[in-house]
Amino acid sequence: MPGLLARVYVTPKRGILDPQGKAVQHSLHALGFGEVHDVRVGKYIELRLRDVARDAAEGRVRAMCERLLANGIIEDFRIELAEDGR
Amino acid sequence: MRWGVVVFPGSHDDRQVLHVAERILGDEAVPLWHKDRDLKGADCVVLPGGFSYGDYLRCGAMAKFSPVMDAVQEHARAGGLVLGVCNGFQILCEAGLLPGALVRNRSLSFVCDRVTLRVETSDTPFTFGCRPGELLTVPIKHGEGCYVADEATLAALEREGRVVFRYADRTGRPTAAANPNGSLANVAGVCNAARNVVGLMPHPEHAVERLVGGEDGLRLFRSAQAWLGRGAAAERREPTLVPGP
Repeated sequence: MPGLLARVYVTPKRGILDPQGKAVQHSLHALGFGEVHDVRVGKYIELRLRDVARDAAEGRVRAMCERLLANGIIEDFRIELAEDGR
Repeated sequence: MRWGVVVFPGSHDDRQVLHVAERILGDEAVPLWHKDRDLKGADCVVLPGGFSYGDYLRCGAMAKFSPVMDAVQEHARAGGLVLGVCNGFQILCEAGLLPGALVRNRSLSFVCDRVTLRVETSDTPFTFGCRPGELLTVPIKHGEGCYVADEATLAALEREGRVVFRYADRTGRPTAAANPNGSLANVAGVCNAARNVVGLMPHPEHAVERLVGGEDGLRLFRSAQAWLGRGAAAERREPTLVPGP
């Protein structure tokens, strides 16, 4: 079974204040990038998986996000699964 | 009474809480290592401040899975007293023992200051000896203390009188200027539905001696003593509330 690479993106929920994003946006504006009208700063997490079928992996990674990787009160997450090329 | 103080790798206010319990209150106190599976007979468990597990991932995210937390959950379910201060408050929220979450201060700065807290309700074991509306001066020191919760949760907290402390100015008004971290509705501390679990960002354990910054924080610890002393059979008091901001 080939290994899998799960890419997990964790971002602040809409409506939750993201002061970091606001500060970055402000700096981008100061640098002349006026087209930026929203910035949200989150986390990118890579998980290398083995001995798990792709079908099962999706649900497993989702469970990891719900239990640990993201806090559902303040964060959303998105998962991408791919074959691990390494 | 017996206090149990949880020690996670990275906790750093645990010694201060032990000092308060033993030297100032004259009670028994035991440190509880994060790998312990029982609470060694503690009547009240305190989750202290610090940076448990280096604040990796999110503040409190790793600590909630420590073996000792199963015992804390069990203690809380059985009505036992639990107090979370600063990182301890973050852990209680992450563990689902308290609603909401604590995120980066709106200013993005770490704040180290002395704040005025308005006691919102005396109907918790830790504010039992306070008057609603009473003002306490207590220090804060945190970078992630901005309290957030969705609208429905916040409305329920207000309705049920579960906002225990609010940041206020010296006259007791919860103004924006008196809010050190951007917390919604100036919330500094909340309790669970059963009211036996309380969490707050400010540090009552660091306001216990006149020589070093006042002793208002003692009110919380003495309240817990009095609450436990009154006997479990005593009637529950009607909650006394003051209006929100």
